[in-house]
Amino acid sequence: MSVTTLLIVLLGLSAIGYYLGRARSVRTVAGRTAELHSLPSYHGYYVAVWCGLPALLLVLAWVAIEPDIIRSLLIAKLGDAAAGMSPQALGLMINDVRNLAGGSLVSREPDPVMQAAADYYNHLRFLSRLALTVFGLGLAMAGLTYAWKSIHPRLRARNRVEKVVIVALIICSTIAILTTIGIVLSLIFESARFFTKVSPLHFLFGLEWSPQIALRAGQVGGTGLFGAVPLFVGTLLIAFIAMCVAMPLGLMAAIYMAEYADRRVRAFAKPALEILAGIPTVVYGFFAALTVAPFVRDTGASLGLQISSESALAAGFVMGVMIIPFVSSLSDDVITAVPQSMREGSYGLGATRSETIRRVILPAALPGIVGGFLLAISRAIGETMIVVMAAGLSANLSVNPLEAVTTVTVQIATLLVGDQEFDSPKTLAAFALGLVLFCVTLVLNIIALRIVTRYREQYE
Amino acid sequence: MSAIDAETVRATAMPKSDAATVNRSNVPAFVAEGVNVYYGSKQALKDVAIDINRNQVTALIGPSGCGKSTFLRCLNRMNDIIDICRVTGNILLDGQDIYDKQLDVVQLRARVGMVFQKPNPFPKSIYENVAYGPRIHGLARSKAELDEVVQTSLERAGLWKEVSDRLNQPGTGLSGGQQQRLCIARAIAVQPEVILMDEPCSALDPIATAKIEELIDELRQNFTIVIVTHSMQQAARVSQRTGFFHLGVLVETGDTEQIFTNPHDKRTQDYITGRFG
Repeated sequence: MSVTTLLIVLLGLSAIGYYLGRARSVRTVAGRTAELHSLPSYHGYYVAVWCGLPALLLVLAWVAIEPDIIRSLLIAKLGDAAAGMSPQALGLMINDVRNLAGGSLVSREPDPVMQAAADYYNHLRFLSRLALTVFGLGLAMAGLTYAWKSIHPRLRARNRVEKVVIVALIICSTIAILTTIGIVLSLIFESARFFTKVSPLHFLFGLEWSPQIALRAGQVGGTGLFGAVPLFVGTLLIAFIAMCVAMPLGLMAAIYMAEYADRRVRAFAKPALEILAGIPTVVYGFFAALTVAPFVRDTGASLGLQISSESALAAGFVMGVMIIPFVSSLSDDVITAVPQSMREGSYGLGATRSETIRRVILPAALPGIVGGFLLAISRAIGETMIVVMAAGLSANLSVNPLEAVTTVTVQIATLLVGDQEFDSPKTLAAFALGLVLFCVTLVLNIIALRIVTRYREQYE
Repeated sequence: MSAIDAETVRATAMPKSDAATVNRSNVPAFVAEGVNVYYGSKQALKDVAIDINRNQVTALIGPSGCGKSTFLRCLNRMNDIIDICRVTGNILLDGQDIYDKQLDVVQLRARVGMVFQKPNPFPKSIYENVAYGPRIHGLARSKAELDEVVQTSLERAGLWKEVSDRLNQPGTGLSGGQQQRLCIARAIAVQPEVILMDEPCSALDPIATAKIEELIDELRQNFTIVIVTHSMQQAARVSQRTGFFHLGVLVETGDTEQIFTNPHDKRTQDYITGRFG
């Protein structure tokens, strides 16, 4: 029986277990379910869990370790033939055996030894699956019977089922956390490898970025310069331009939404503005590259300015438009959170609406607005698609918005695109850049969230 | 700022200055006639008519939801903030219709200040809280003058002694009673003619309440006060005239003593003797 079929059968058994358990619990109290400690359905779940869970764990464990055991048995069987081989050759050989056993193409003519090994492999697989089916179904039946028999009116089925559910929830959240930790660790270890080849000081403070390295002697290529300052400057420049666009537009939009717009306008305009956040960044990217950048260049030309067609201005502008919804919706939230009594207090003293907004509401909402800005900045710094398409690749150290600059994210993308070996400084540099990016956005997010939560507490 | 500018600022910011020179102490401050208020299709006030006398405390009492706060908020057009609220009828302040289209609601609110149920100091320093009104209305020409306005307002609100050494600390850090007196100081600083108080003591303990009541009695000499209160004892203690609201109708108005000892209407009598409400 294949693993999939087995899982389906287990599921079916669990379902049967559910009905059996429920029925038995009702029978034990002769239909007077109020006498049960737990509702009948919990007894059903209790049996289903006992039936399905141990067997499921067995199947998962089996599938995880089966290949390793078969492999070592196979090597033992190959004996002398495998003894003298290098690990790579052995790996290739075993691959061939597997392919031969599966009936697909192999990299060499099958010889009798290999054919024998392939047959042996198939035999092992068959045994293993058979054993799994027997043990799996046996365990499921045993669990079902045990749980079914243990049903009686005072069985705390609900508590036990809830415990299982809690453990399942814990496992789910643990997986999410472990993934994050794993990503951070891989960033740190790969960056550490990079820093053994390039000094951190050179990386953080070097003024020239040219990651192309000659792969073999005589090849045309740089010596590899990994000074990331031009990237940092480029990133900050574009993020700065983006914030110059997004801050005033977003904040003004938020003020209008929260204080001036009547309910019907708000009901339409707020979701409309938030649609901006739903546009895929790649669409913003080609909007920037194909529409805004040429427009900026042509406008510049008519004014007598030389603007490169991959200017920081175009990329920053489009990025700014992209983060307007962040700024506006977060600011809108904090402005609406300012208690109505503040507004009334101000109106009651004869303040106009704009005086109230400028002197009472904005100062009261300021921490939250700043928090929103910081979140938007970290978003802008981490944004990739727009800058890949609209900003340049050349690492100019320049703060002139009319020139092409490149950003950390663009370089990470270009360093890893295509076939790369994963132990050259060039590719490892991507991890170091990623680590810097991660640290900056993490710090910004932490600060922003702290400000926002502290602000929220103020009125609660 | 030149002298002429300052004159114009004063003249426009304080239209009450000429009203104050004319002796109208016998004329009521507010005259309301046939006031109806609707929230959407629901009528909250029916045909309310009342005179509010100068330099007296007028208390509005009645059970919850009877419309007394709604009426109070008509007097400085605070109901304008609520979209679905509609007011008809006449409310005259010094003979001028406050719902006239010509009238600037901002100036009206400068003449008719308000203190709310829950103390609502701005999240600013004590000084800034009091200076807020004078600043937006241009009532002080210099820092020294503003300081003086702040000090007199706090003194009149009976708060100066408690806060004079910490004017730069946030107003939200004061106790509830102090916050409410700060809100009163804030209202006084604009030099209004009338102060509306919407259950100013309902969030305060008895001691803080006693202080505020004492303060209301003192303020009566300079201001006309309208107070909404749940507490009949409070109405009896602080007011000279009382109006009783019931189900959106102003049932009875009269001198406080008369209302509490000899009410004309059965409903008033039932309410003040505690039969309902």
